[in-house]
Amino acid sequence: MKLTGRTIFPGQASGPALVSRMGISFYGGVDPETGVITETGHDLEGQSIAGKILVFPTGKGSTVGSYVLYRLKKNVHAPLAIINAECETITAVGCIISEIPCIDQINLSRMETGMQIALDADQGKITIP
Amino acid sequence: MHLTPEEQALLNGESGPAAQKAMQILTALGRIYGAERLLPVQSVQISGVSYDNLGEAGLAWLAEMANGGGKAQVLTTLNPAGMDVENYEALGITEDFAVNQRRVLAAFETMGVVTTCSCTPYLFGNLPRFGEHIAWAESSAVCYANAVLGARTNREGGPSALAAALTGRTPAYGYHLDENRRPTVHVVVKGEVQTNPDFGALGKAIGDRLQAQGIRPVPYISGIEEASLENLKSFCASIATFGGVALFHLEGITPEAAQHTPPAETMIITQADLDQARSDLTSAEPDEVDFVSLGCPHLSLREIQRIAQLLDGKHVTKEFWITTSRPVKGMADRMGYTAIIEAAGAKFATDTCCVVAPIKGRFKALATDSAKACYYAAGKNKFKTRLLEFDAVIEEACR
Repeated sequence: MKLTGRTIFPGQASGPALVSRMGISFYGGVDPETGVITETGHDLEGQSIAGKILVFPTGKGSTVGSYVLYRLKKNVHAPLAIINAECETITAVGCIISEIPCIDQINLSRMETGMQIALDADQGKITIP
Repeated sequence: MHLTPEEQALLNGESGPAAQKAMQILTALGRIYGAERLLPVQSVQISGVSYDNLGEAGLAWLAEMANGGGKAQVLTTLNPAGMDVENYEALGITEDFAVNQRRVLAAFETMGVVTTCSCTPYLFGNLPRFGEHIAWAESSAVCYANAVLGARTNREGGPSALAAALTGRTPAYGYHLDENRRPTVHVVVKGEVQTNPDFGALGKAIGDRLQAQGIRPVPYISGIEEASLENLKSFCASIATFGGVALFHLEGITPEAAQHTPPAETMIITQADLDQARSDLTSAEPDEVDFVSLGCPHLSLREIQRIAQLLDGKHVTKEFWITTSRPVKGMADRMGYTAIIEAAGAKFATDTCCVVAPIKGRFKALATDSAKACYYAAGKNKFKTRLLEFDAVIEEACR
């Protein structure tokens, strides 16, 4: 399966997908030291976003969330890349300042956790073997 | 998006890595929001200053931008810090926190940002004129600039505001464009709205309703006859906090209101709605109050004068924070208000406020005249709250 979206921040990555059907608030919703999702009731609660291709519809919450992505990158606990249906300011700015490849305007419905995803954010392209 | 040769050069890194990163942020946001070009901005207000909110990660990024040669290209002021820069010990702020907070301020200073540390930059020298494009963060100031001054800004976050400062540009979308400044809902106020807590309650009543209805919120508000600068700053803080509102038009009061006709979609705010909003913001019993604060948003000189008048010869019995900006405090010093207020035992918490200082769990219940302060006291700091009239807050402090 090949999908094409919009480049938010360029770069290449490949790895296992971690897919959420819910919005993610990086500030308050993700542990900035470990990358574990801490938001109560979230569909990824208790799972780590570190080293994953993180797939979720859109970000939410405080603009301080951008700094959490940056901190995760410095700790080597950041996601390898981010794929959104609709990227908003917090996630976009977080990816740019942390240099995390990011693509949006992707139909996420056929993506599932555990799929191997290869992403070429320079071209906005996603390949799922 | 169309970039001028100069903007393209910044994006290519010809003015260093910080300006390049800033331009990457702005062009990405421009792409996301469909901007056709960048606009020059005349001033910037940056949020995300308290070390309590930024943490080590935020500080690391600011330091990277400072080390990358970032320099503010336009007048750029700062939101409140987590402490009074000169008087933090009296407020119970630890030396460890102070060291980190100073590192944040030093990074901004290196970048040529004026370290005002206030949410009311429009009260002292960062005063955009009607129609001017600016890039402000701090939701209450954004609302004040758009609605009351008629300047044009989106609700920026810390990094995007800094990016605007380092390039003097912002993407042309949202509230910079005429079509997005048109009102979307007519709010008819049928109730008494005269004081700061009245205006705070109105902001909450409208904001809550807008959130519930999912309306893109540019309210056109009628039914208000008078509003002082202080009332407007209270209202802006509240409607931004509860409704995410960045722009409203107040009939007969704000400068763009006369350009528009009220939209057909109508929302009526009754006295019962206002009473409900006020009672929602009061969760503490009178005897529970152990913390009193005025100055959310930061106090004007006129408000400090009133506090001095009421505290003259009195003695406060509770921790009482007077939160304001350094320049306004300077005027209060000169006028003798500071001496009267401090003689009564109240404390100036300049450069900071009860929302961004690291005081989570330190008090049981806050009394204030600010709806916004009540919201953050409950959510962020886990205090109960009492929303009172301005004069009654001062009485409460002495009770």
